[in-house]
Amino acid sequence: MSEQNPPTALDRSDSRVRHDEGIAGALRAFIDRIRSGDLGMLPVAVGLILISVVFASLNPVFLAPNNLVNLLFDAAAVGCISLGIVCVLILGEIDLSVGSMSGLASALIGVLWANMGLPVLVAIVAAIAAGALMGMVYAMLLNRFGMPSFVSTLSGLLALLGMQLYILGPTGSINLSYNSALVKFGQILIMPHWLSYLLALLPGAVMIVLGLGTMRRRAEANLSSPGLSVLIAKAALLTVALLIAVFYLNRGRGVPYMFGLFVALVVGMNYLLTRTKWGRSMFAVGGNREAARRAGINVGRIRMTAFMFCSSLAALGGVLASARLATSSQQAGTGDVNLNAIAAAVIGGTSLFGGRGSAWSALLGILVIQAISNGLTLLNLSSSLRYMITGAVLAIAVIVDSLARQSRASHGRG
Amino acid sequence: MASIEPSAEPILKLRGVSKQFGAVSALTDIELDIHAGEVVALVGDNGAGKSTLVKVLAGVHQPTAGTIEFMGKPVDLDSPGKALEMGIATVFQDLALCENLDVVANLFLGHELNPLALDEVQMEVRAWTLLRELAARIPSVREPIASLSGGQRQTVAIARSLLLDPKIIMLDEPTAALGVAQTAEVLNLIERVRERGHGVVLISHNMEDVRAVADRIVVLRLGRNNGVFTAETSNAELVAAITGATENAVSRRRARKEEQMEPQA
Repeated sequence: MSEQNPPTALDRSDSRVRHDEGIAGALRAFIDRIRSGDLGMLPVAVGLILISVVFASLNPVFLAPNNLVNLLFDAAAVGCISLGIVCVLILGEIDLSVGSMSGLASALIGVLWANMGLPVLVAIVAAIAAGALMGMVYAMLLNRFGMPSFVSTLSGLLALLGMQLYILGPTGSINLSYNSALVKFGQILIMPHWLSYLLALLPGAVMIVLGLGTMRRRAEANLSSPGLSVLIAKAALLTVALLIAVFYLNRGRGVPYMFGLFVALVVGMNYLLTRTKWGRSMFAVGGNREAARRAGINVGRIRMTAFMFCSSLAALGGVLASARLATSSQQAGTGDVNLNAIAAAVIGGTSLFGGRGSAWSALLGILVIQAISNGLTLLNLSSSLRYMITGAVLAIAVIVDSLARQSRASHGRG
Repeated sequence: MASIEPSAEPILKLRGVSKQFGAVSALTDIELDIHAGEVVALVGDNGAGKSTLVKVLAGVHQPTAGTIEFMGKPVDLDSPGKALEMGIATVFQDLALCENLDVVANLFLGHELNPLALDEVQMEVRAWTLLRELAARIPSVREPIASLSGGQRQTVAIARSLLLDPKIIMLDEPTAALGVAQTAEVLNLIERVRERGHGVVLISHNMEDVRAVADRIVVLRLGRNNGVFTAETSNAELVAAITGATENAVSRRRARKEEQMEPQA
């Protein structure tokens, strides 16, 4: 342990550590991670390419810009729900009632706003508050009585569906005005081109600025950094990909504001999960609950916030879905909504076993799920077939998750 | 009493502490004092209640009966967070680390710097400094705990207990999985903590380690106090107290007395 070279970085003094530097080093580290079962976003990328090739060859309309714009409109609602699911999955819990919760939220919008004439914002806040309340109930059932979340939320699924049918009454569905801001937001509002390009440039720029700041601080603290070339390469790659995507979408209608809202929520959640004490506590509770408790973390409160986030985001998803469909109906939130939201989170790389996941998995996973659903619709397949295929996709995603977990265990990566 | 100087007042004082798990009495009427600047070793056979006692003091288990006084005031250790806040840090036998998080995250778990925008750089520097102090051989602090060996994990757990500069550190079998150099470093560390005026509770089966650093050796047997000894106490006497083979001890004592008498006779 002699320290012969003072300039050696603090975290590079152990001779057993391979020093991955530059772009080649970053690539090598990436391949190592994949091999040990830390798949990250890889299954999604592969899945998206596969889906695009298959569906585009079956029906060229699939890749048409306007079809992709529609796909983004559709993705936002279930994507929001999926983002909430990520929160509870990280804790190793589950919420099976998100579909019903979104249905109830959409019914609340119809009743409070369209029927009773309350301001739309009041109706939206009421719907989200109902979600928060429901999440609180689940967390209390878990904290006080130790009721497993899959049971409490399964009973919640039925109870919330009943509530939805009850408040909708015998008419069964309420139409929302096409001239309202909410429905316009859900159906036609598109970002101006300049804004979409600006937003496409933003992530790369932020990456560079933050990355340079971190590098400077690490250098001051005598810690190593992956290097400027890696940072620039990553930012450039991201910016180019985003610019191409936005350019392509702008050849059709453009980028929907609703999708922008969803991405903003994902970015916000990602910050909370990765850069705050709350997020760290979430992963700790999901990884080893007793260890988290002994470290002084209030496990009950963490669960409470996670379930409240989940149900609130499900409610928001329901609001967006009602805006998208311009209706609050008995069918809202039923069928495959639940499964799609959970499947999206798992496909995106959030583990069902807790302690592992990211907000991005909701975004990427929902793109996969929505692409499948959209492609099957274009092929004029009946919903019976669509259900079967979506079910199979979820099964495959869970198998990949389980295999990756075993591989991580054998490679000592938790 | 006000006339007694503060150092004479124990930091931690247990009176009549009992803990029952259903029909099983894990601890019965435990009395224990821990003063500032002293190392108390807690020894006993498997199932003697050492780990249960540590868990009671760490706020993991709540005692069924008895009082705990910390800095002269009765306290209610109803959660691990409360014990940590008061300044009782614990290295548990099962280490209580989150395998999915990296070393830095585990060290700072529950006490992250800058909660709303985690200061990763500062935390990493602090982590390296702490691990250096313990002569830890951990290649990278950005690997998940799952990739570390048992000894490395133990070092991480010990480093974590030091992070908050606690008044009392409880170490449950801290050297069980450690190499020669690391064991020596932990013993050095215990002495350093004592010099800083903190109290240390050390649980170990290794009598050599216990003898090397302990000021007092408290023996537990079947959940009860079974005598307090010093490092000068002979191994045989300690073993007798631990195993409860009292007849053996008494007879050995008598034998020794007789040996001492004979030369005089």
